Order: sequence, then C-alpha cells, then structure tokens
Amino acid sequence: MAELLFWPALIAYGEAAVAYVGVLKRPQLATRLAIWGVRIGWLLQTALLAAEAWRADGFPWGSWAGALNLFVWLAVGAYLIWGCSPRYRLLGLAVMPASAALFAIAGLGGAAESSGSGLFVAIHVGLVSAGFAGFALAAALAGLYLWQERRLKQRSVGLLRLGPPSLVTLDELAARVSAVSLVLFTAGIALGFVRGHPLDLAVAGAVAAWVVFGAALLVRRELGWRGRRVAYLTLAGFALVAFLGLPAGHLG
Amino acid sequence: MRVTLVGVSHHGAAVELRERVALRHEEAKAVASQLAAAAGEAVCLSTCNRTELYVAHDESIAAEVAATSVLLEREPDLANALYRLSDEAAALHLFRVAAGLDSLVPGEGEILGQVRAAFEAGSTGAILDRLFRQALYAGRKARSQTAIGESPASVSAAAAALAQQVFGDLDGRRILLVGAGKVSEQAARNLLSRGAEIAVVANRTLDRATELAERFGSAALPLERIEDELARADVVVSSTSSPEIVLRREQVERAHRARRGRPLFLIDLAVPRDLDPAINEVDGCYLYDIDDLEAVVAESLGARRREAAAAERIVAEEAEQFRTWQASLDVVPAIASLRARAEEIRQGELAKAEARLGDLSEAERRAVESVTAQIVNKLLHLPTIRMKEAAAAADGVVYADAVRHLFGLEDER
Repeated sequence: MAELLFWPALIAYGEAAVAYVGVLKRPQLATRLAIWGVRIGWLLQTALLAAEAWRADGFPWGSWAGALNLFVWLAVGAYLIWGCSPRYRLLGLAVMPASAALFAIAGLGGAAESSGSGLFVAIHVGLVSAGFAGFALAAALAGLYLWQERRLKQRSVGLLRLGPPSLVTLDELAARVSAVSLVLFTAGIALGFVRGHPLDLAVAGAVAAWVVFGAALLVRRELGWRGRRVAYLTLAGFALVAFLGLPAGHLG
Repeated sequence: MRVTLVGVSHHGAAVELRERVALRHEEAKAVASQLAAAAGEAVCLSTCNRTELYVAHDESIAAEVAATSVLLEREPDLANALYRLSDEAAALHLFRVAAGLDSLVPGEGEILGQVRAAFEAGSTGAILDRLFRQALYAGRKARSQTAIGESPASVSAAAAALAQQVFGDLDGRRILLVGAGKVSEQAARNLLSRGAEIAVVANRTLDRATELAERFGSAALPLERIEDELARADVVVSSTSSPEIVLRREQVERAHRARRGRPLFLIDLAVPRDLDPAINEVDGCYLYDIDDLEAVVAESLGARRREAAAAERIVAEEAEQFRTWQASLDVVPAIASLRARAEEIRQGELAKAEARLGDLSEAERRAVESVTAQIVNKLLHLPTIRMKEAAAAADGVVYADAVRHLFGLEDER
C-alpha cells in the first residue's frame, strides 16, 4: 500500500517542481498547476506516512530514508501553511524542486524501518524534524530575500517581471517561520536532553543552530536588525543544521 | 442593419489635426443624437488619441457620408487621415480599442472607461448596444486573462511599483516630497493612489512647500531640514531644480541608525540629480534615478507588447461572435414571420374545430392547446436552427427569402 502511494506523490511533487520552473514563462497557469501539484502530492505523502505508521511497530521513520521522508512532508507542510500562494510562487521554485528530489532519494533509500523506541522518541524526532523543516523554509525565504534585495540594489530592469513578494513581506515571514520553528526545535532538543541523549556532534550542531536562530530573532527584536543581516544569520543557522547536526545525527 | 465606423486616430493624424475634431462629453452626446436622428443609432468616441463615430443604419452610404461630414465640417484637412470600417472590421477595431491594443501604450487602462462613457452618452439601439457591451467585455477579458495591463507604463507608475517591491502594501507609508514641482507631485500622486501618504513637503521656498502641503494635508519644511524627517519617512521623492546634490550619503547614514533597519526607497526624478548616488550603497536604502525608472518602463512596455498577441486572439474571438450574432439578425424577421404564420394557422384550425370540441372539459381543452402548440414548435425548431446556422455562414438572406417564398410570407416583410 505504502509503495503504491509513493509514486503518485512523487509525480505530483515532480509536476509541481516543473510547473514552478514554468512560472518564469507562463506565471499564472504555471502557478495554478504548481499549487495543485503541491496540495495533491502532500495529501498523498500524508497517506503514505499514515500507512507506514499503521504497519510499523514503534517509531516508523528511524532510518535516514524514513527521516528524510518525514522531513520533506514537514517542509512541504510548512510551505503549504506559509507560502503556497501565487504571491510566493518564487518561493515554490526554491522549495519544490529540492523537496521533490529529496523525496525521490528517500523513496529510493528503502522502506521505512521501525526503531521500536516508542512514543517518546517519536515526539522528540517529530519536534526536531518539524523545527528543521521550518528552518529550511525560513532559509528559503531568506535566500529569496537576498536575491530580490540584490536585484533591487542593482536596479535590474526585469525586476517587476516575476512579481516576487516584497522585501518587507519576505523579512517578516522568515522571522515568523523562524520563531515558530525555534519553539518546536527547542522543545525537541529539551526532550532529547531529558531522555539523556549523549552530547555528540549532532547535539552540538543542533545547539549551535538553536543559538544562531535565537540570536537572529533576538537582534531583530531588541536591536531592530532587519533585512540582509538577519537573512545571512538565518542561512548560517540552516547551514549548521544541514551540514553538521542532521548528518551527524544519522551517522552517529 | 449595418455598422459603419468613420474616425481619425494617432496612427494617421498628428495632434494638431486630432485636437480640432476632439469632442467634449456634451458635444459627443449631441453629435451622437444628431447622427442617430439621421441614421438610426450612433456613438461618438472621442479621446486624446482618437475621434471615432460608430453608426448603425440601413443605408450604409448615407450613414458614412453623414458621419464623414461631421468630422470634415470641423477640420477639412482631415480627409486623408480618415479611416472607414464596416461591420466585422468595425467591431474588431472597437474591441481592439477597448482592450488597449490600439493605444500608444499597449494595454493602458484609461481607454476602457472612455469607451464606457462614450457608450453611455451615445444614442444606441439593439446593434450598437450589443457592440459596445461586447467591446467592454472584450476589454475586461483581455486585461484579466493576459498580463497586458499589469506592468507600469509610466515613470511614476514604475516608481510606485518598485516601492511595492520593497514594502508590499503601501498603506500608511510616509512619503517625503523634496521639491514642490509638478514632476514630484505627479510621482507622489501615484504612490498616494496605492495607499501611501505624503507626510512632509520640503522645498527651498517654504511658501511653495506650504501651498502644496496644504493640498495634501501634510507638513512643510525648508530644504535644509530634510535630514530630520529621514528617520520617519519610507519613501523619498525628489525633484528640485537644484544644481547640486540635495541629500548626501552621510545624512542618510546618520538617519539610518534611527530607522531600526526599516528600508528606505528613494526616487530621484531631477536632472541634474538631487540625491547622492552613493546612497544606494547604504544598507536598506534603494535609490532609483530617472534613467533607472525609464529602463524599467521600457522593459515593461516590451512585456506588454509580448502579451498583446494573446490579447489579440481574445478580441478576434469576440469579433467573430459579434459577426455571428449580427448575421443571425438577417433571418430573425423571417423566423418571426414563420412562427407568427404557424401560430395563426394553429389558432384558426382550433377555432374551426370548436364545434367538435364542445364537449371537452377545461383540462382536456388545455391538453389539446398544449399538444398543438408542441407540434408547431417541434416542426419549426429545426428550420429555425438551420436558418441561424446559415446566417452565420453568410447564406442567411438566401434561406430567409426561400422560407418567405415557400410559406407565402412575402407580404409580411
């Protein structure tokens, strides 16, 4: 059953990714197709995860492929909540091709494996993954901000062609997504400590990312930092999780 | 009835000629009434780019002569610049006009309102009413289904669109107007129309600043004090006649500290420039001068032209629909006569059978009425459809004549 759901979900995500690329040519039609691809793909992936959870004994996404599958679902879910609208079609161009590729890798990585560790691990991993997915979306927003900011500074003549969201909107949305993700991430890390997770490279990476995201939100609130500097901090925080925390977590 | 268009536009006549035949709203209304009295229906569309007379009539030559003479009486030199179109070509032309495809700036939005105003002031009947309603529909459809009207077509619209790229919604954003001339005022008005507010007008002559500020309900400042306002402004629009820089990078940097990271969008419309180009290097500051804005406008006009091809397809479809409808009018009188004759026969036969139907109850009588009416309708349904189809294929008149001959309807013409 689960395997049967994987391919339609991948096709829907793939369609959304291709349609987002098509936004550069036919913005209105491509955006409509892309949004429906995201919605259908996410629903199918939800059904896939539900099927995996149903047949599993314990936490069903203990393998790297399972964790990646869960991460893609959370990242696309966050995108559906915060950014899946015609206004943010360029964000879709940043999120969906990467999500489709990661989902394909997760599918090729094999079936979900149960870790047998129970509810506590499920909540811990779920919260950390949700936080990480939110950070990924915030990083995509920050990247889009920097791209758009650079075009405005350089007075690119095609600036109005693609109709990206405004700088202020991107900045505020990235901050909101970071704040929500930080809460989830904090709860996940705290649960890990309570459970007695050893201090290893994964934990160090996660804590470092937590510090960077927390600092970005703090300087935004207290010192009034906005825009480029906060966007760089967001990207740095995401890089710490992506290149240090997450791989170390699975290798360790 | 036929449709004839006689007109003059920016394509064939210079402004010196066009202005002599331009009609104010009341004049256009009077001309339409005058032509309608002679021809049947008339609408006069007069804008800065065109004056066009649309007439629906039975006598095409007389109507064309009447419309032409209205224009030539005002300007005899116009004869070579006049164009004349009829029926489908006239409809297609009007639909292109309404969609902004015949405008200097493709897709400009003002023309749709002008077409509506002309329609409302015109003396319309069945033909021109349908033509203008469909033109308004075609104009709206072309704009909603393509991006022809989306990108800015003027420097001030480009400045406002760029400000939206920085702030998104401009509601409540504060504009600092530097210089109280017409150019900066025009740019500011475009921002105002999108929700921004003019907070302060700064000018070398305080009286002039006060005069403009009073109109916008804002404050006035001497030019030397603009730095004080920078901390609170979101958009700076500058167009003074100063030969020197009016606002320097250092001033913006000092104000930037108090802005707590809020972006500042600066528009320099002056030549020589008012704003130090190095301001663009300050974090969170985006400076556009007149050349930058003109480049954005040129690019967006290119985009409008690319969209025009899709809009052309839409108006062509609408023109075809109008042609089909207009052609169907050729057979409408014949169909009406045929149905009237059939009904007359039905009623006559029922009257003849009255003696034999005397014993029927009221319900049975209604059933007989219904059955006979249904028989007539079913018999005439297919010929009606076929005649309308033939009309669309230009054979309508032949079919209509044949029906009149076969059913003896000649006297009812």
